Amino acid sequence: MGSDDGTWRVLKRGWETSPAIRQGAVLTALLALVGAAGQAAIPVLIQQMLDRGLVDGRMQGGMLAVLAVIGFGVVVTTAVAGVMTRRRLIRRGEEALAALRVDAFRHIHRLSIATQSEDRRGALVARVTTDVEQLSQFLSWGGVAWLVNTSIIIIVVIVMVVYDARLAFVAIAVVLPMVAVLKAVQHRIAARYDAVRSRLADLLTAVSETVMGASVIRAYGAQPVMRRRAQSTTEALRVSQVRAAQMSAFLFPTGELFSVLTVAAVLGVGLFLGPASGLSAGELVAFVFLVNLFLQPVAEFTDIIDQTQLAVAGWRRVLDVLATPIDLVEPEPGVLLPHEPPQVTVDHVSFRYGSGPMVLDDVTAVLPAGARIALVGATGSGKTTLAKLLARLADPTDGRVLVGDHDVRDVASPSLRSTVVMVPQEGFLFDATIGANVRFGKPGASDAEIHAAFADLGLDDWLAGLAHGLDTPAGERGDSLSVGERQLVSLARAYLADPYCLILDEATSAVDPATEVRLAEAVESLSRGRTTIAIAHRLSTAERADLVLVMEHGRLVEQGRHADLVEAGGPYAKLHERWVSGTASLA
Amino acid sequence: MRGLLVLRDQVRLAPKPFGLAVGGSVLYAITTVASSAVLGWVVDNVVAPRFTEGRVASGTVIAGILAILAVGVCKSVGIVMRRLGAMTAQAQVQAVLRGRVIDKYLDLPLSFHRARPTGELLAHADGDAEAATGVLAPLPWATGILVLLVVTGGWLVATDPFLGVIGLVLLPSVLLVNVAFERRLEVPANQAQERYGDLSAVAYESIDGALVVKTLGAEGRESDRFAAKAESLREAKVELGSQQALLFQLLDALPTAGILLLLVVGAWRVDRGIITPGTLIAFVNLLRLVTWPLHMVGWVLGSLPRTVAGNDRVQGVLRQPVPPASELRLVAPPSGVGLDVRDLHFSYGAGAAVLDGVSFCIPQGCTAALVGATGAGKSTLMQILGGLLDPASGTVSAPTPVALAFQEPFVFADSAFTNISLGTDLTEADVARAARIAQADEFLDRLPRRYDSVIGERGATLSGGQRQRLALARALVRRPQLLLLDDATSSVDPSTEADILRGLSSELAATTTLIVASRPSTIALAELVLFLDGGRIAASGTHAELLVTSPGYARLVQAYEQDRVA
Ligand SMILES: Nc1ncnc2c1ncn2[C@@H]1O[C@H](COP(=O)(O)OP(=O)(O)OP(=O)(O)O)[C@@H](O)[C@H]1O
Ligand SMILES: Nc1ncnc2c1ncn2[C@@H]1O[C@H](COP(=O)(O)OP(=O)(O)OP(=O)(O)O)[C@@H](O)[C@H]1O
Ligand SMILES: [Mg+2]
Ligand SMILES: [Mg+2]
Repeated sequence: MGSDDGTWRVLKRGWETSPAIRQGAVLTALLALVGAAGQAAIPVLIQQMLDRGLVDGRMQGGMLAVLAVIGFGVVVTTAVAGVMTRRRLIRRGEEALAALRVDAFRHIHRLSIATQSEDRRGALVARVTTDVEQLSQFLSWGGVAWLVNTSIIIIVVIVMVVYDARLAFVAIAVVLPMVAVLKAVQHRIAARYDAVRSRLADLLTAVSETVMGASVIRAYGAQPVMRRRAQSTTEALRVSQVRAAQMSAFLFPTGELFSVLTVAAVLGVGLFLGPASGLSAGELVAFVFLVNLFLQPVAEFTDIIDQTQLAVAGWRRVLDVLATPIDLVEPEPGVLLPHEPPQVTVDHVSFRYGSGPMVLDDVTAVLPAGARIALVGATGSGKTTLAKLLARLADPTDGRVLVGDHDVRDVASPSLRSTVVMVPQEGFLFDATIGANVRFGKPGASDAEIHAAFADLGLDDWLAGLAHGLDTPAGERGDSLSVGERQLVSLARAYLADPYCLILDEATSAVDPATEVRLAEAVESLSRGRTTIAIAHRLSTAERADLVLVMEHGRLVEQGRHADLVEAGGPYAKLHERWVSGTASLA
Repeated sequence: MRGLLVLRDQVRLAPKPFGLAVGGSVLYAITTVASSAVLGWVVDNVVAPRFTEGRVASGTVIAGILAILAVGVCKSVGIVMRRLGAMTAQAQVQAVLRGRVIDKYLDLPLSFHRARPTGELLAHADGDAEAATGVLAPLPWATGILVLLVVTGGWLVATDPFLGVIGLVLLPSVLLVNVAFERRLEVPANQAQERYGDLSAVAYESIDGALVVKTLGAEGRESDRFAAKAESLREAKVELGSQQALLFQLLDALPTAGILLLLVVGAWRVDRGIITPGTLIAFVNLLRLVTWPLHMVGWVLGSLPRTVAGNDRVQGVLRQPVPPASELRLVAPPSGVGLDVRDLHFSYGAGAAVLDGVSFCIPQGCTAALVGATGAGKSTLMQILGGLLDPASGTVSAPTPVALAFQEPFVFADSAFTNISLGTDLTEADVARAARIAQADEFLDRLPRRYDSVIGERGATLSGGQRQRLALARALVRRPQLLLLDDATSSVDPSTEADILRGLSSELAATTTLIVASRPSTIALAELVLFLDGGRIAASGTHAELLVTSPGYARLVQAYEQDRVA
């Protein structure tokens, strides 16, 4: 990831990534030149009038009329060209940005769960929202300004050279140091604006925790800390904004200063040369206007460059997302899995998150087709991680996972996703109705199918108890339902997807015992013809499994049938002992 | 008019930088007129003689050039003052508004947060605060330009009424076109803004739920959903962009045409000997300089509605009344009582009653279990006891401090130490002790920087059970008088859970504890069991008593054993 790419590299990468901006770019540029020609109308007219007698205070009516008609004609024509330029630029640019957004979004969803790890999610959202938005705002102003201003500069230089090459040379010679000054300051300004951005990100983190952690903050009276944090982040943001403002405020009048210098120099040289050199009064006065016309866009560039820096920084971040290697490579062509419950084989699998320690260490197991498998072990032993590898939410660091006879890396992802479905530990629901959330498992499912799914799981009573049934809103992340209810909905969602291999990661951990047992029975009777892998701390699941896998510190330490393991007296026997004494001591 | 009031309030927050900016703008206006006058003088007294008569006094030349330079320097000073002042003022006001919004968020009760989507609350402190100050920075410039307009108009009229009329028609019409267009742009601009909001909501939710999206193979569908939003946003932006293209070009062409007219009429006036060529050049130059910043005035007037709307949203938060602290804690319990609850009623919004007359009493130092079916209202009751939700009626008396460990742990993107201490003055030893009871020391000690290790947003780098234990340590470190554990060990394996519960009973013996539990092993530890059913405590007593007296209770908690027997 070339995250420290210079501005030009980013622009080049962006240009190559977005075909839409390349289309018709030449015509747009030509139109911009025509549009810019209108700017020269007034200086040229002034020159013509002055040199055709006005400098002595005389002007023929006929000549005046001809000049006026030509002048208005030019203004109207170039204005039309100008509108066309801007419209073309916006149209192409927005097309490119929309494509960039969507590409980045698709890319993010294709990253593995490890890369996309949750602590970067806020940042990933910003890539496809604020960063692209900033580019879009830049496009409508700064992007247009680049094109229009460059065209104006070109046109004005041409007119100046036609009038008098020597004066044109003087004007450009005085401006060159200004360009050097701007260039020198540019990266320092950019650094200050980067600081503003990071301070803003800090502030947003502080705000979002104030909002999302609202319950914890109140339950623990943590308001004072959060208040201090908010104060220090808003203050840091203000200071960084003022520092950026100071630099840009002193840079901004550079254009003005150089403009008077240039006017003075051009006038001085022009007066020195005098009429004998072929220069006319009209040309000299026109030059004063041309110099201003020339310098205003140059000076505007100081402001535009600020904005450009910001936009380029955002663009770089979006492009970096696109450049993040997809660690879940889609096979070409992918294998299609047969429509039958698969045997799942874990073959010497090891895994680590990023550069962290090994979380799974050489795990090998065969999970027979159609079997009910229980995965148990202490918290943090790697159960969830293993489950994620089985569902190919990430690929193993070493070793391989086979579904049926195929390495999951060779299976076409639609086929894999419809065959293997995992219900994650946290019952995440979208901010929609319960019905819409369940339908997410099988788009297009009818209400009757959804009701049937709840009924199959023995949850129809619960559903009937809701005043609005399937139309009950789930709230943000499912907040309007109790934690256990969220798990019920997640389970129904996965059940409706009807996979041949179902992985349940503590999918009923918050559900009351009676409902849990009822669900377990339902899942069991429905799981004939399905490979089921259940992770649970409540060992009632393990007791009825065909195969129990026991994890400890990332290793698979035991596997076998429940009864055999209890007899063997190993780690599982101890876990089970704890469980039974817990449940039975009460009877 | 409301716009002016908003601006007045904002200016009061940063009077000095704002004053600096206004001063700079006025200086800029005066020097702009001066620069045109100097140019006119140079044309008449230096350029014309040199080119018509062939010579000019060198003193005059030097005076002219020095005047141009001097005016340029003054103008630059004006620009620096204006920009520095304006941007500082804006930053200052933004900081104040943001600070106030966050303060208010902290003061307002949980119900305020629950009633609003997270995205909206974030927007008030971010985009809205920015929009609210959107006009503040260009305002001083606009003030300066008004000065400029008046002086320019006056000069034109005084010199030649004919030219004066052109100026007096041109300048206001540029301004009017500007304002009219800004108004017209409002509709497409709002539409684009709205669609951007929709797109952000989809992006936020979809990436937040990435795990579910992936497990169900819905990446393609989600991308299509996002693409549809991106497409409709693109359409709105192109619409806005083409309107803007017309506006900007018109604002460019109109003054040019006006100046052309001025030039033609002016040439005729020069021919009649009413003005000098230099004066004409000075006017042309001045109009050129004035029309461009006129955009700024138009922009200020045009963005006023947006600013007012942003400000309204911010003020909407700031005006929220902060209800007096919940009266729950005002009742101190009689001695020997750990928690006394009388006749609590609660419902979410206009929904059915979740709690419908809950009453119970727990002796001090006692460990009680709260048992109930999924969705029975256990978490709701715990949050009321923790002072987070206000009941419709009923009283709670309990000694302080009260600590509540939530069913779903929330982890801040901060160090493990801060996550546990939450900023209270606690020593490392206190934190370590709490972590030990919560059995969190086991994994915290293994983190690269131990308690100083930063834990990712929402605790992403921890396993489910690790997150819960961290949150548990947070509750324990406060040495609470009343400890409320809402299924706080559901993701912890039974053996670790047993260690935690044993630690609790030995280290926090004097604490009254209420545990939401469904595992029989947890219930076994409780001296008193409360069975919540139908919004009331349907039965209470020891576990053994309840098994006999309450068939509903027995069915609920004996499910595992019956299952094992079957
Ligand atoms: N995204 C991540 N980045 C880095 N480390 C992680 C990440 N997710 C989990 N870990 C670490 O990997 C180890 C195994 O975690 P995993 O979630 O697989 O455990 P688990 O067996 O499911 O535990 P639990 O029963 O508590 O859910 C833990 O030590 C955890 O801290
Ligand atoms: N924010 C909310 N808005 C509307 N209804 C809610 C909200 N939170 C909870 N409910 C409803 O109130 C009832 C009680 O919820 P509560 O979370 O207290 O249940 P619980 O007993 O804790 O369940 P669980 O064992 O699943 O955690 C449920 O029916 C739930 O749907
Ligand atoms: Mg787990
Ligand atoms: Mg609950």
